[in-house]
Amino acid sequence: MLNPIVTGAALVAEAPAQGGNLTLDLLREHAPAALPGWSLPLITALISVVIVITVISLLAMVSVWLERKVSGHIQCRYGPMYAGGWHGWAQSIADGVKLLMKEDMIPLGSDKALFMLAPALVLGAIFGAFVAMPLAPDFYFADIHLGAFFILGMSSLTTIGVVMAGWASNSKWSLYGSMREAAQVVAYEIPLGLSLMVPLMVAGTFNLLDASAAQSDYWGMGWFVFKNPFVIPAGILFFVAALAETKRAPFDLPEAESELVAGFLTEYSGIRWSFFFMEEYAAMYLMSLMAAVFFLGGFESPVLHVARQAEWHPILCNLIAATTLIAKSMFGVLVMMWVRWTLPRVRIDQVMTMGYKYLTPLALLCALGAALWEAGKAWIFA
Amino acid sequence: MATEHKPSITFHPEPRQLPGGEREYMMDVRTGDLEVNMGPQHPATHGVMKILIRTDGEMVTAAQPHLGFLHRCAEKIGENVEWLQYLPYTDRYDYLSSMNNNLGYSMAVEKLLGVEIPRRAEMIRTICAELNRIASALVAFGTYGLDLGAFTPFLYAFREREWLLQIFEKACGARLTYSYLRIGGLFNDVPPGWLEEVAHFCDVFEEKWQEYYDLLMVNHIFVKRTADIGVITKEQALDFGLTGPMLRGSGVDFDLRRDLPYMLYGEAHDAGAWKVVVGRGEKGTLGDCWDRIYVRVAEMMQSVGIVRWCLANIEEGPVLGDIAKTLKVPEGEAYVGIENPRGELGHYAVSDGGKVAVRCRVRGPSFCNLAILEDIMPGTLLGDAVAIIGSTDVVIGETDR
Repeated sequence: MLNPIVTGAALVAEAPAQGGNLTLDLLREHAPAALPGWSLPLITALISVVIVITVISLLAMVSVWLERKVSGHIQCRYGPMYAGGWHGWAQSIADGVKLLMKEDMIPLGSDKALFMLAPALVLGAIFGAFVAMPLAPDFYFADIHLGAFFILGMSSLTTIGVVMAGWASNSKWSLYGSMREAAQVVAYEIPLGLSLMVPLMVAGTFNLLDASAAQSDYWGMGWFVFKNPFVIPAGILFFVAALAETKRAPFDLPEAESELVAGFLTEYSGIRWSFFFMEEYAAMYLMSLMAAVFFLGGFESPVLHVARQAEWHPILCNLIAATTLIAKSMFGVLVMMWVRWTLPRVRIDQVMTMGYKYLTPLALLCALGAALWEAGKAWIFA
Repeated sequence: MATEHKPSITFHPEPRQLPGGEREYMMDVRTGDLEVNMGPQHPATHGVMKILIRTDGEMVTAAQPHLGFLHRCAEKIGENVEWLQYLPYTDRYDYLSSMNNNLGYSMAVEKLLGVEIPRRAEMIRTICAELNRIASALVAFGTYGLDLGAFTPFLYAFREREWLLQIFEKACGARLTYSYLRIGGLFNDVPPGWLEEVAHFCDVFEEKWQEYYDLLMVNHIFVKRTADIGVITKEQALDFGLTGPMLRGSGVDFDLRRDLPYMLYGEAHDAGAWKVVVGRGEKGTLGDCWDRIYVRVAEMMQSVGIVRWCLANIEEGPVLGDIAKTLKVPEGEAYVGIENPRGELGHYAVSDGGKVAVRCRVRGPSFCNLAILEDIMPGTLLGDAVAIIGSTDVVIGETDR
């Protein structure tokens, strides 16, 4: 399956496609001559890491606030209203400060090293996955040929952190939670990957930038969903599998607060706990961004098409592209929140049944259909 | 539930000869059962109850409820305070249906006293008891949703419950522990406009009830989680002495309000204002979790029917019978069982003619209903165990008293 080590080896073999990004190009042009040439990629990497961590953390904080507002409005209440003034916008900051101030608790019987490593691993993996995620045609950190593959591999690495957390906590409830997580992720990784195969076949590339660019025809509406009928069911399958993959309701069994107290999070508190929390929201965004790139047309929209035709300033075009992508991913995140506050939780055997008996065969069928469709198209138009 | 201590790995003494000439040593790895304390601070136990469960993976193989974390010697207090002074303590056993608790205790003492209750007082008592039954069923319904991971129905249920609590607050000033129905009648008449507000509530609630039903009760995941889970057969229900929705959920048509009518329930039933709801095994087997929660939800509408009948037939008059300031109860003993939202709440009072009871015994429905957990929980998954505990709708304040 999506073994990160294999993925990493493939990445090294593939080497960067265009040899850099915007930051590196700028540095190459404007850096003082005193800086040695080899240091420029390192500085670029450092800047990229800072940007990724800042942006994702901010995004996670905003979406925590958003989730509370969405849940509030679904449940006939307001949600946060006081912190910061306008609709409690500073609630997440207040929460963050509170979590930072809390005592750093490590249970006595726990495996201390693993207990401390687990949140770092989880957060590191998810930030790592974001590196391959472009925000606009020229706003990206790493242009990787196997981008989609890399993202799936990195995001499944978080599972190891969760299992580690459950084992290291030395609590029976945590152990249940991490076992559930392991079983669930193994069951849903397959349909997730298989359903992603469908748009990948249409795109003909693993590279997210190329995949997005391939949808720019028909005035920016040449999305894969309009090019192959099997992409739509594959998108639904992808969304369901992504819900399970990101531990979101109705598949939030690893933390199932009414069954397992808090599952693998039971013994965590303070900032370590918030790392897991941040990972959940980052994973939501990651999966939604993937869905936006492959199922909702990536950066492309008629607005971007018009901007390109009118030859607006490239930075403006890039901003439009980034806004489009984030808006599309926001849609996915909002649907995830809507689902969470509407549905009850399914049982573990039902989760397994759904993953193995229904989603996997359906995803296989979709992949087969899409392959036949593409082959037929190639044969007819050849 | 003593744990058997076996070595976790047992070697087979004889190695197996492989075709290639190699020898293979065999061993059994025993995957042990895990004993887990579910509670007393587990979110699904609805208070401070502990259930010691033994699990094989996710499968529950044994379960044993442990009680007593909230014991407050309520019955002993009853033997040390005056008759009227004990009334506020009754509020606190089943804090979700305090009106019914007040009613049960008052009726037991009234039986000893032989006092006549004015009709208006009986009417308002019936209205309060039934509104309280709705408020209690709303909690049962909402928290059951929470147990199964659905948050939103809980807040919808509490929206209506909040209105009910405000209605109670207008009548007696308290929101949870009312002590409003007292020995001999009511503490005071309801304020002007109160009956109209109750009528308005009934109209609004009818629409909301349909909303709950569509939102949670027939939700596909909800049905999948509750149908055929935790089945209690008719025989089992009778053997364990279950009462209330637990009994009716198993298809036994028995309701104290109809079968041993007290106050005005018999009259209302004869007038066709309500009927007893019995589980029918609609979504799965008869007596499963869905049937039990269905009985609770459907009973809310029957309670609305009773309240409407009372509102139509209420008349002016006094609300307190002929009761002395310092009660001296004639010698004797009395048992009164009433239909609490959770089952039969029995009060047994013994008097030697003095100002204080000699014995004040309570038969709590949650306590009696809880015993069946040990029988129906083994063989279910951990998620089902939570669904089963939720479907018994225990209030720990009353199991422990």
